[in-house]
Amino acid sequence: MLPCTGRIDESLLLKAFENGADGVMVVGCLEGDCHYVSGNIRARARVKRVYGILDTIKIGPDRIRMYNLSAGEGSKFAAYANEFVDRVRELGPSPINLVRSGQVHAVSQKEAT
Amino acid sequence: MKSGSNLEKVLAAGHFSVTAECGPPRGADPDVVRKKAAFVKGNVDACNVTDNQTSVVRMSSLAGCMLIKEQGVEPLIQMVVRDRNRIALQSDLLGASALGVRNILCLSGDHQKFGDDPQAKNVFDIDSMQFIHLVRLMRDEGIFPSGKKLEGAPKFFIGCAVNPFADPFEIRVPRLKMKATAGADFVQTQCIYNMKKFKEYMELAKKEGLHEKVKILAGVTPLKSAGMGKFMRKMVAGMDIPEEVIARISAEPKEKQAAKGIEMCIEQIQELKEMEGISGVHVMAIEWEEKLAEIIGGAGLLPRPVVE
Amino acid sequence: MITGTPKPIEEILEMVEPYDNIILAGCHGCVTVCRVGGEKEVQVLASTLRLAREASGKTIKIREVSLERQCDPEYVEQMRPYVNDYQAVLSIACGAGIQFLAEKFTTTPLLPGINTGFLGVTERQGEWAERCQGCGDCVLHLTGGICPVTRCAKSLFHGPCGGSVQGICEVDKSIKCGWQLIIDRLKDLNQMDNYTKFKPFKGWSSARDGGPRRIIREDMI
Repeated sequence: MLPCTGRIDESLLLKAFENGADGVMVVGCLEGDCHYVSGNIRARARVKRVYGILDTIKIGPDRIRMYNLSAGEGSKFAAYANEFVDRVRELGPSPINLVRSGQVHAVSQKEAT
Repeated sequence: MKSGSNLEKVLAAGHFSVTAECGPPRGADPDVVRKKAAFVKGNVDACNVTDNQTSVVRMSSLAGCMLIKEQGVEPLIQMVVRDRNRIALQSDLLGASALGVRNILCLSGDHQKFGDDPQAKNVFDIDSMQFIHLVRLMRDEGIFPSGKKLEGAPKFFIGCAVNPFADPFEIRVPRLKMKATAGADFVQTQCIYNMKKFKEYMELAKKEGLHEKVKILAGVTPLKSAGMGKFMRKMVAGMDIPEEVIARISAEPKEKQAAKGIEMCIEQIQELKEMEGISGVHVMAIEWEEKLAEIIGGAGLLPRPVVE
Repeated sequence: MITGTPKPIEEILEMVEPYDNIILAGCHGCVTVCRVGGEKEVQVLASTLRLAREASGKTIKIREVSLERQCDPEYVEQMRPYVNDYQAVLSIACGAGIQFLAEKFTTTPLLPGINTGFLGVTERQGEWAERCQGCGDCVLHLTGGICPVTRCAKSLFHGPCGGSVQGICEVDKSIKCGWQLIIDRLKDLNQMDNYTKFKPFKGWSSARDGGPRRIIREDMI
């Protein structure tokens, strides 16, 4: 459990992918509504950086996304979660998982660049 | 006589002097320089040869000086401290003097960023102020800056450049004074278009008695077109071209703008000639050397005096 | 502090391409402060490299370490017990730290993970600017506390040059004219007489022009 998205840092997000996540959804409070003033703003910047890293290393940047919600928006949360899961399903398993499961040959970083 | 150069003699005799400039070519063809020299010959007391101006690579200024000298034009070598450390500067000074170059203009040089090779290492071992001091030391004391004695001191009429229009204005005259104290015999100014501001500058310079310490040659550049004026105003740092100057040349139809530019330049020289403290003009007809005779003659400055 | 910027991931991947077992070494000194080579950056870079390598089918084992300082022998020695278990060390310390590791661990290839920048200050979060070139002969007392060697693109001692327009250097609009800053400051300090003094040729031998420099403090040995 994290007390605030402000506690998330880039390495934590990347670790999730290392541990086999096909997508990572970061859900923070509404901007301007952070209990710790700017935790969610910091999180947004970090998510953006990880987005860049995933793009560079061909894991696919769209596997990470940040959403902002208030605690009272349960149905919106469900809608966002469904939307994100659908999107990740469309993208399919991450290249890491494909390699691990032996389903495809590795993507060459060189060719891909 | 410090150098015995023609320019020095003309100025010492109290004549209103005229200098011009030749930019060496972007190649090894000497005829380009010879052709330019032919336009200059007889119209000036000395001719500057630029040193890789705006950091664009060109034939060396010393080679250019020798080529115009062969054509009977007195050379004035421009040397920048951007590309040479103090060792190369001293060595080139000795070489230029040995080959008969008697006038020098000590400059810092445009930053390499603006030229062919923005990735080049810049030298700036000493600055232009220190360079003036260096030339004076070698000429007058007969020593290297290391203190060692020279076998034959170089002979130069030492020049420097000033930009009366650059920022901040308040240090412009103190800076000229520093250059004079460092050893400058003459100064060539940046192109003047804003006569009002230049007069202001001259008043301050005269208050310091600088016009008596150093010969001030006012820089002028004829505009070929209104476009050229607008371009220079926008692109050249420290270039002050008032709106009325642009407006005056813009009022002409395109095909008559060049003639207007020359007319304006001649008027300006005539005005400068009457100003107290101005010892001459430096006409920078950029890639327009063929118009020098028309401009200088038009200003009533031909033929050039012969001083023995 | 000494500043730096991360090398592009592609370049690092190419560097580590021959290895499958490396140490990634950060430093708790300057590079931590300028957010390019500290513990956090080690974690992020290690994850990034592992992901990229695994996706390309060739996994890489990375030992993540962060030394107190890579430029001091006592901390560098902490790596000695295990350094030979790895094929290479990728360091994200400054160039001094990387070289010090290379010097101490002679049989291990050292790879630079950052491009070392300059001696500078944090002007604001995420923005650093150069202030000192370490020329070895400080003149700041004469120039209003603003360095002409560093802050002037031409390192002039009697500036500004004609390229100074309204306080901005001709080289780049983002660069303030060092000499305008000096003059403004000297005026504020009532020290304009320092400006009009002729400054003799600078001795550059105490700068890098004199060859690699060394400081020996007999009183400290």
